[in-house]
Amino acid sequence: MCQQRAIRCLVYTLLILLAVAYLVPVYMTVVTSLKAPSEINLLTAWNPPARPYWASYSTALKQFAPSLKNSVILAITATLVSAALGSLNGYVLCKWAFPGAGVVLPLIVFGMFIPYQSILVPLFQFMRRIGLYGGLPGLVLVHVVYGLPITTLLFRSFYAEIPDELLGAAFIDGANFLGIYRWIVMPLSGPPFLVVAIWQFTQIWNEFLFAVTLARPASQPITVALANLAGGQAVSWNLPMAGSVLAALPTVVVYVLLGRYFIRGLLAGALKG
Amino acid sequence: MRWTRIKGDQLAAVLVIMPSLALLAIFVYGFIGRTIYISLTDWGQGAALALKPEIHLIGLQNYRDLFAGFLNVRFRQDIVNMVFFTLLFVAASLTTGLFLATLIDQRIRGEALFRTTFLFPMSLSFIVTGTIWRWLFQPRGGVNVLPATVGLPPGGFLWLSSRDQTLQFNWQMLPYYLGVVASVVLAAAVLWLLFRHRHRSALIAAVPAVVVVAWTLSGHAGTCHILPSPEPHGFNLALIGVVIAASWQMSGYTMALYLAGLRTIPDELREAARVDGASQFQMYRYVELPLLTPITWSAIIVLGHIALKIFDLIFAMAGPDNAPTSVPAILMFLTTFRGNELAKGASIAVILLVMVSTLIVPYLVTSLRARSGR
Repeated sequence: MCQQRAIRCLVYTLLILLAVAYLVPVYMTVVTSLKAPSEINLLTAWNPPARPYWASYSTALKQFAPSLKNSVILAITATLVSAALGSLNGYVLCKWAFPGAGVVLPLIVFGMFIPYQSILVPLFQFMRRIGLYGGLPGLVLVHVVYGLPITTLLFRSFYAEIPDELLGAAFIDGANFLGIYRWIVMPLSGPPFLVVAIWQFTQIWNEFLFAVTLARPASQPITVALANLAGGQAVSWNLPMAGSVLAALPTVVVYVLLGRYFIRGLLAGALKG
Repeated sequence: MRWTRIKGDQLAAVLVIMPSLALLAIFVYGFIGRTIYISLTDWGQGAALALKPEIHLIGLQNYRDLFAGFLNVRFRQDIVNMVFFTLLFVAASLTTGLFLATLIDQRIRGEALFRTTFLFPMSLSFIVTGTIWRWLFQPRGGVNVLPATVGLPPGGFLWLSSRDQTLQFNWQMLPYYLGVVASVVLAAAVLWLLFRHRHRSALIAAVPAVVVVAWTLSGHAGTCHILPSPEPHGFNLALIGVVIAASWQMSGYTMALYLAGLRTIPDELREAARVDGASQFQMYRYVELPLLTPITWSAIIVLGHIALKIFDLIFAMAGPDNAPTSVPAILMFLTTFRGNELAKGASIAVILLVMVSTLIVPYLVTSLRARSGR
């Protein structure tokens, strides 16, 4: 009994120590973002600010407003389109499997694992040829296409849980391919849609490689703007830190509010739904 | 009547999925094919920006240059960096994740709070993580002055720019080293199969094993130099900081995987072990850990392919020009978009794709087959 108690004590001590360690970067980010540039000193980096310097945030907000706006438009549009297409694809692959569908699925899913460097040069040329290089519509297209594998896979595994008898009954009642989708599958798609949308939103909001190679400065998403600012020489660190908070906020809020669905996407993303 | 309806619906289904399939066929397979073609040409420099470039096929010359050419020392160090980063990052994330999951699985109070704390870095972008850790790893600040806050002397390690290298080896001798590694792996496979009494498979595996061991020991491998002069490469200590930042972000993911695994172990199994007199530790060691093995495999695949592709994190943490922490994914970006050497960039990309595919394709085939068999 005494040993049991000692073990529980150890478990809690370890957990609290680890939690503190995991939160150290958060502490440093917040503390640094609230310091005036003159107060930032490598030797006193760990001290809290004498008085919170909120101007970091208003400056960062002003500086990052255009790229934040780009990211919002990009992430929301691409998420909605790729989720809608993924839902239809998942429905077809799960309930209307055509000859050869078994081969098609791995070929689709492979697309989400490739290093995007391996398609980047032709993609770059293609976007220039069709006139979509440099702007947001081009980035949306790219994110929709390369989002198709994961959205299709996720919806397909969710739709596998809808019993075939339900679809069969509707079929006998005269519903066709689209009718079954509209009246049976779509009303059951709420939670799957949430999982897929959260996953896609986080991925697209956080994406960097396409953004840095395919966007002109005017349509840069937040990740590129932040990397440019923090990578420059002679920065006063309160700005990149405030920028990091702004860039992290949307996905962290989504995660804290809807963490359950985030984790479901995470686990399904490992192909073990 | 019903038959024609099904046919019509089947046609509608194919029509609905066709646009997506066509897009993926072009954007994934078409573009990969095009990249492979570019990698076999001399496209670059002056021709890179021309509207109608003059391109010549030069076969595998680009690949030969990368692995054994005089000028591409950085590529070879980048490959070494990538291998070390992948091994360390996967190992660190797996052990930390398993440890966290084990702690959280002890029916503790405030479980949700701890879970959120360990998992939230997952929702950040590598750019944000990189920016934050860049600040923490400033040579004369951050982590290095942490000991000073309690009166100890500050650390002096150059986290991201250190040029120190350990575990150095001679790239000239690469065939020999690869032979040694292959010998060990194959010998271990044969022994494992024998141990499992799968004699026929063991016999089949023994053939390549004997060939590789004989080739490695015969001295042929040792004298088969791929470079005219010795070229040392090794593990850059500057990568340690990148491994720490990446594991901070991703260990929550392995924790979530392991925790989900632990939660699906049926209580009857635990009960049975308890009735048999298993202690808490024995239960963990002999009942729970073995059941987590499949999760470990999929975590290795997922984390491994993320590690091979790592780009944003290093870009934000150390910058693309910081050679000690560079990897092929970054070199490809610089070669293509700054150096305008499109063919060489394409070759690096293909090498990267081959490495990721050797990890992903077997996993995809087995896991999707198992799934449709269910």
